[in-house]
Amino acid sequence: MSRQPVPGTTIFDGEQARKGYALNKMCYSFNEADNRAAFLRDEDAYCARYGLNAAQREAIRNRNVLSLIAAGGNAYYLAKFAGIFGLDMQDIGAQQTGLTKDQFKARLLAARGV
Amino acid sequence: MAEILGAITVSHVPSIGGAIARGLQNDPYWKPFFDGFPPVRDWLARVRPDVAVVVYNDHGLNFFLDKMPTFAVGAAPEYRNADEGWGIPVVPPFRGDPALSWHLIESLVDEEFDPVTCQEMTVDHAFTLPMALFWPDMQWPVRTVPVVVNTVQAPLPSAARCYRLGQAIGRAIASWPGRERVVVIGTGGLSHQLDGERAGFINKDFDLRFIDSLMNDPAWATKYSTAELVELAGTQGVELLNWLVARGTLPAKVRQRHVNYHIPVSNTASGLLLLEPA
Repeated sequence: MSRQPVPGTTIFDGEQARKGYALNKMCYSFNEADNRAAFLRDEDAYCARYGLNAAQREAIRNRNVLSLIAAGGNAYYLAKFAGIFGLDMQDIGAQQTGLTKDQFKARLLAARGV
Repeated sequence: MAEILGAITVSHVPSIGGAIARGLQNDPYWKPFFDGFPPVRDWLARVRPDVAVVVYNDHGLNFFLDKMPTFAVGAAPEYRNADEGWGIPVVPPFRGDPALSWHLIESLVDEEFDPVTCQEMTVDHAFTLPMALFWPDMQWPVRTVPVVVNTVQAPLPSAARCYRLGQAIGRAIASWPGRERVVVIGTGGLSHQLDGERAGFINKDFDLRFIDSLMNDPAWATKYSTAELVELAGTQGVELLNWLVARGTLPAKVRQRHVNYHIPVSNTASGLLLLEPA
């Protein structure tokens, strides 16, 4: 159990933190309403200001959470990005697992067991 | 000397803030969660703490990844909440206790824990929502000392080290010459994973075993590496490290005053536990 990677899981470690720094820094800026508005006004310019690489820019464009994680995004910072579009954690969970939102919520409920 | 009255450990999911703002406490989805809190509020009203030491992890409000401390202690006269990006309402500011904070810092460094010290600090939902659940009128009756643990960016402090940090905080509070009555709050968890194809992972068996361990065998979880805790509790379930810090502040023998466990709140198995020194 110890050193084996956990399936479907990317540990946010130093390697990911280095890779995702620009992306996470942009997402951190979304703490401020003015910055969220600026992103929505001109997404290209906003991403350019933070120096996103091509993979990060593409993942932002596609609002694709798995690609954002692969590009170094951290879940807590990506949540600030998702918040711009009013997406909640069940929307994000559904997208990542290929389920509908209702199916994803049913999976959570099933964890109650009997 | 100051006295630790008890430790309360609790989940801190952001959507709780939305539910409070919209008054959904009796909504069928939320009721099993909110119904867990009246016994804790009654206990707080009875024991009347002066100070809350709040152990939590920041999610990118006060700390960004440019400077990421493993442990940090607030030493400010006041702590403010702020916009975290997803629109939950900002709560009123919290009074600090800089003298006690500095005593804690001095005591911890003396014991070879080396926290970052923060004379200015914002506090995020992991700090504010438990406070709002315990004191719903948000007229905070306590001064506060924030203790931040990195559960965000690996390498994380080990479970064993977090437990020992709690023990050191317990000794620091016991050696404070004031007569403060202190409650220790640990927030986060229990099992959940927000990211990856494994999103939605919840492990009820592990959570219940962990809760039970805090009562009867508090060092139980310290046998696991943080990688193992990710496997058992999910990438964000490792926030249970904050529970271990809080538990560590209490003596070996404790009394369980209250427990509540509910699946799910958002994507999270929520837990609430109130322990008193026996």
